[in-house]
Amino acid sequence: MRYDLTRLQEWIKPGSRVLDLGCGDGALLEALARSRQVQGLGVEMDPDHINACLARGISVVEQDINAGLGNFETKSFDTVVMTLAIQALERPHDALDEMLRIGDEAIVTFPNFGHWRCRWQLGLLGRMPVSRYLPYQWYDTPNIHFCTVRDFETLCREKGLRILNRAFVGAHREVSAIAQRWPNLFGVTAIYHIAR
Amino acid sequence: MPATPAADSVGLVTPQREVFNEPFRLACGRELPGYELVYETYGELNEDRSNAVLICHALSGHHHAAGYHTLDDAKPGWWDHYIGPGKPIDTNRFFVVSLNNIGGCHGSTGPTSINPETGRPWGPDFPSLRCRDWVHSQRALMARLDIPHWAICIGGSLGGMQVMRWTLEYPELVRNAVVIASAMKLSAQNIAFNEIARQAITSDPDFHGGYYLERGTIPARGLALARMVGHITYLSAEGMMARFGRDLKAGDLTVGSEAEVEFQVQSYLRYQGSTFSRAFDANTYILMTRALDYFDLAREYNDDPVAAFSHAQARFLVISFTSDWRFAPTRSREIVNALVAARKEVSYAEIDAPHGHDAFLVPIPRYQAVLRSFLGRVAEELG
Repeated sequence: MRYDLTRLQEWIKPGSRVLDLGCGDGALLEALARSRQVQGLGVEMDPDHINACLARGISVVEQDINAGLGNFETKSFDTVVMTLAIQALERPHDALDEMLRIGDEAIVTFPNFGHWRCRWQLGLLGRMPVSRYLPYQWYDTPNIHFCTVRDFETLCREKGLRILNRAFVGAHREVSAIAQRWPNLFGVTAIYHIAR
Repeated sequence: MPATPAADSVGLVTPQREVFNEPFRLACGRELPGYELVYETYGELNEDRSNAVLICHALSGHHHAAGYHTLDDAKPGWWDHYIGPGKPIDTNRFFVVSLNNIGGCHGSTGPTSINPETGRPWGPDFPSLRCRDWVHSQRALMARLDIPHWAICIGGSLGGMQVMRWTLEYPELVRNAVVIASAMKLSAQNIAFNEIARQAITSDPDFHGGYYLERGTIPARGLALARMVGHITYLSAEGMMARFGRDLKAGDLTVGSEAEVEFQVQSYLRYQGSTFSRAFDANTYILMTRALDYFDLAREYNDDPVAAFSHAQARFLVISFTSDWRFAPTRSREIVNALVAARKEVSYAEIDAPHGHDAFLVPIPRYQAVLRSFLGRVAEELG
């Protein structure tokens, strides 16, 4: 399992209701159901991912997050999760508001565009960053709203959101102590646990 | 039927019959002195009797959902694409029960049956039915077959309404509910189309106020017309254009034709209408469309679907089709939203298909894959 999905689980209360926006193949919700008896619901658009969820017994609703989340009632979930998807949304800031309307808490993970490799490619090579984690060219990327760790925290501050927890990870492990000290430079994936 | 049925066909099937002699109280307040249900089963009930699946049929459906009755049958049952060994409703894993509802005209007690009080066919005097009457009679059949609970209740359109009603009337008896191309209640437009169909039937001079059987006739023209109107609403504009276009059956587009049937789509509609009018009972059609019109899942729950579904215990799968305008995806999403708000387990798939409402009967790869994934998981959980 992707490490950000492993890492964020400890912030989810046992027995709670979790909405996973862009739930993929349902691996996170399956793990949460097993280890934390979570009642989960996924939202997904990709037909293969939806089938994968159904095949593992994970409830999933086909819906375009960009088209809005108004069908979910206010405070109908304990935690609303969105992993590596916010950068692909048309209006990420509105999505954050919606997540914290639907849930008491939200957990967001995103690729840190301030990572030194991105800076290297853009600042020194003068090219838009392409990496193992972000394998797209500028013209075909679904990721249209990149941000850095600092950008995200600025947005949280502007919105008056509280950061309950944060962590910075690589694809398979926690990043080093140095990276924890300077996450905006060394964090590959950022994980934020927020509330209003 | 092919010389030998395909490996994934349930093959030859024989309808069975159960007779219920006890009086059956209906939602309208009247009582049937007794009734008979004709049904088919496919697959084997497992040892702990936990793998039973109920198929709920739609407006013009019946018990013959899969396989063939005789080696000469031109076509298999109406849902043969989905029921069989290795198919999404896998008869290697499930015991499938498919019945003809009361009020029907394919063998179960209905308007063409003899009213024991008069010795004549019930005709238009057959009691008005509601969706829940079907659910209650299906419950009686379930008890007769000694099935403790349904692993799955599944149905499209009016069948999906029965499935939803099951989850509220007998929550503890339904483990999984699959609701396909359905709605919690009809729209005014839906009712309007049904009214045209009924008017077509009742204005046929051969209708005789519904007592046509006693006159030795049937309102074939009216019923055919009703079916033609209905059929158009089951297809989509794009689907009809793709299938028939403006192709001619006779003549040419410059000078036209003296032939009665000019366009291919005319020919198709007339064929659908005339075939249906010979195979279906007009009073049943009226009765079934009325049951559709009056269906309102949440009426007795203060018109609150969330309050209604709060009683359900099943895990739900809701499916809709993009080009279905008779029971549009919006109507399915209303079901899903109510279930989510009621904190029930629900999944939803919106299948991109050009076939309109009829898509639920058609083999569509993604639709098959969705059912296969969900139902396969149910089978795994049964062990």
